[in-house]
Amino acid sequence: MSEAADTLPQGSLPDVPYAIEVEGLSKSFGDRVVVRDLSMRVRKGQIYGFLGPNGSGKTTTIRMLCGLLTPDSGRGTCLGLDILTQAREIRRHVGYMTQRFSLYADLSVRENLEFVARVYGVPEPVKAAKAAVDRLGLSGRDKQLAGSLSGGWKQRLALGACILPSPQLLLLDEPTAGVDPKARREFWAQIHELAADGLTVLVSTHYMDEAERCHEIAYIAYGELLAQGTVDEVVAGAGLFTWSVSGGDPAPLARELSALPGIDMVAPFGSSVHVGGHDAAALEAAIAPFRERPGLIWRRDEPTLEDVFIDLMSRSKDNFR
Amino acid sequence: MSGAVAGLFRRVGAMMRKEMLQLVRDRVSFATMIMIPLLQLVLFGYAINTTPRHLPTAVLAYENTSLTRSILAAIENTKYFKVVSHPTSAAEADHQMLAGEVSFIVEIPAGFERAVRRGESPSMLVAADATDPVASGSAIASLNALVDTAVKRERFAVEGGPEGSGLESAPPAFQIITHARYNPAAVTQLNIVPGLLGTILTMTMLIFTALSVTREIERGTMETLLAMPIRPVEVMLGKIAPYVLVGAGQALLIVGAGRLLFNVPMIGSPGLLTLLTVLFIMANLSIGYTFSTLAQNQLQAVQMTFMYFLPNILLSGFMFPFAGMPVWAQWLAETMPLTHYLRMVRGIMLKGADGSDLAQDIVALGAIMLVAMFIAVRRFRQTLD
Ligand SMILES: Nc1ncnc2c1ncn2[C@@H]1O[C@H](COP(=O)(O)OP(=O)(O)O)[C@@H](O)[C@H]1O
Ligand SMILES: [Mg+2]
Repeated sequence: MSEAADTLPQGSLPDVPYAIEVEGLSKSFGDRVVVRDLSMRVRKGQIYGFLGPNGSGKTTTIRMLCGLLTPDSGRGTCLGLDILTQAREIRRHVGYMTQRFSLYADLSVRENLEFVARVYGVPEPVKAAKAAVDRLGLSGRDKQLAGSLSGGWKQRLALGACILPSPQLLLLDEPTAGVDPKARREFWAQIHELAADGLTVLVSTHYMDEAERCHEIAYIAYGELLAQGTVDEVVAGAGLFTWSVSGGDPAPLARELSALPGIDMVAPFGSSVHVGGHDAAALEAAIAPFRERPGLIWRRDEPTLEDVFIDLMSRSKDNFR
Repeated sequence: MSGAVAGLFRRVGAMMRKEMLQLVRDRVSFATMIMIPLLQLVLFGYAINTTPRHLPTAVLAYENTSLTRSILAAIENTKYFKVVSHPTSAAEADHQMLAGEVSFIVEIPAGFERAVRRGESPSMLVAADATDPVASGSAIASLNALVDTAVKRERFAVEGGPEGSGLESAPPAFQIITHARYNPAAVTQLNIVPGLLGTILTMTMLIFTALSVTREIERGTMETLLAMPIRPVEVMLGKIAPYVLVGAGQALLIVGAGRLLFNVPMIGSPGLLTLLTVLFIMANLSIGYTFSTLAQNQLQAVQMTFMYFLPNILLSGFMFPFAGMPVWAQWLAETMPLTHYLRMVRGIMLKGADGSDLAQDIVALGAIMLVAMFIAVRRFRQTLD
């Protein structure tokens, strides 16, 4: 825990290809396993989407990555630094944006940024904070109390505070939850710019469309990492065959279909229903009687990411609940 | 390693700055810090000043002689007593006291004057309603001298030994309540103001630091703070430092107002008092900070503070005389910063004590502070586990 760790120049971080490389991370609260045997690798400069339903262990995993929680078992590195023994050094180089806004509501925008700059030892903190305010487009609001900002501006400020000390890795926990579409779009544009500058970004979300904006994704449900890779890899890896049916009343149709053997996944999708199965032949056999029904239009379909996730989730639920 | 020190100062400074901004922005808390000392000082100071005066008194006299009239006149002259009734029986007098109509019963037995003339040193009973010992204490203390002078003024030639023996003027014996001995009317205020200095500092310092960590946890800001490269001890120092200034300001306010309003002297060294006050403030801040790391939420922190504050007030010697307490209570009191600080303040302000006189208390106070700081830093969790 030497001072050197606080002001380590960027170049002196270990030169490793992966910004995050963890193996077998597990964490329980009481007798409840919240993260189970999780392994993942995030290459430097990538935007890595961390997807999963609420309560699946995303926040817990991110906290273990930046040393806020101690894993029960497992090991790994962040930026080449050991997450178990070098948490303090990691903190200097990682920007963590919490799920809930956690800057000081009773300090102004600029005071918050100056505080961050000072704690991280950013040279000329006042100037740096002012520059950050301008960069964030918060110039007119720098004296406003952070607590009185709207959701979108809070999120901007939080991100601005994260990147102020020039971290190497950003851990963003559901940064776009409760933010309007325009702000979300701008946010993602900014993330891509940061990644283009060489920053690695791990971003958790439960918006499917945001997954498509990531270079790679990982899907976690019930504490278990179920799939990872590019979106195409994940979809292909699921081995799912899908049909889409329209023309009928989706809800009763979905109920009827989901009871059939050979059908592993049924998801109403607007006026149509997605039907999927892992065995193409069995799936076709199962839907054969329905294809005779008048009014129904059947179409072979490519599985979407959402189909895959719903399927993964229902399978893991069967296995663990 | 000068880089390490610079880093430490930088982070503590950042923390301190942040705390001050939050403190100043929290208008209510800030106003409280200034109002509490003034309010308490004025209330306590003037309450002590006025309550013991003109206390309702019943006189149960079994004889009416020039001596007894002279004694009663002298008693009323003290201004502490006001004779409001002349019951004719002990039962009637007792009833009046039970009903709260009188605070004192002065009972003069039959044959009192004759007995005095004979030098038999008869007893005149003064029963005090001791439910409010502070109120009655100073009144009782005044009796000793005043009745004595009344007897002398009457110039009763005492037929026994006129001088020499302690019972020379054969004054009536008094029922003395323990508190009276430590609460002589003349010095009560002087004792109270330095005592208030200690209790007010204890209360405000404890409350504000006790809230400081739990507030961060409750508002969710702790997670961001923990994710920053700042050490627990740096967080603590940064949070404590602004309150040292606040506490010093409060102390100045109390000592200044005490001098202005009650003429409380400063016989010893103001510099030494300042130094020891800072030590005392830091001890309390460390304890408050420890509570802050133990409590789950702000309400619990406040409750813990009061749990701790109460015995401090009761056992430190502020409310009740230290020497009158059983040994176990004295030992308990020795673990409390207030006990030591009260000795320091009273010693320095009223008696002109210097550092060597107070060495034991200084060491004890320093030790208490270090222990509390150690626990606080150890208790401060660096993770959310
Ligand atoms: N400190 C904690 N103590 C007990 N249970 C917790 C704690 N933190 C999280 N959990 C539980 O662990 C599960 C996973 O939580 P979390 O990691 O926050 O999921 P996510 O971020 O994916 O929504 C949830 O069911 C949550 O209730
Ligand atoms: Mg979460």
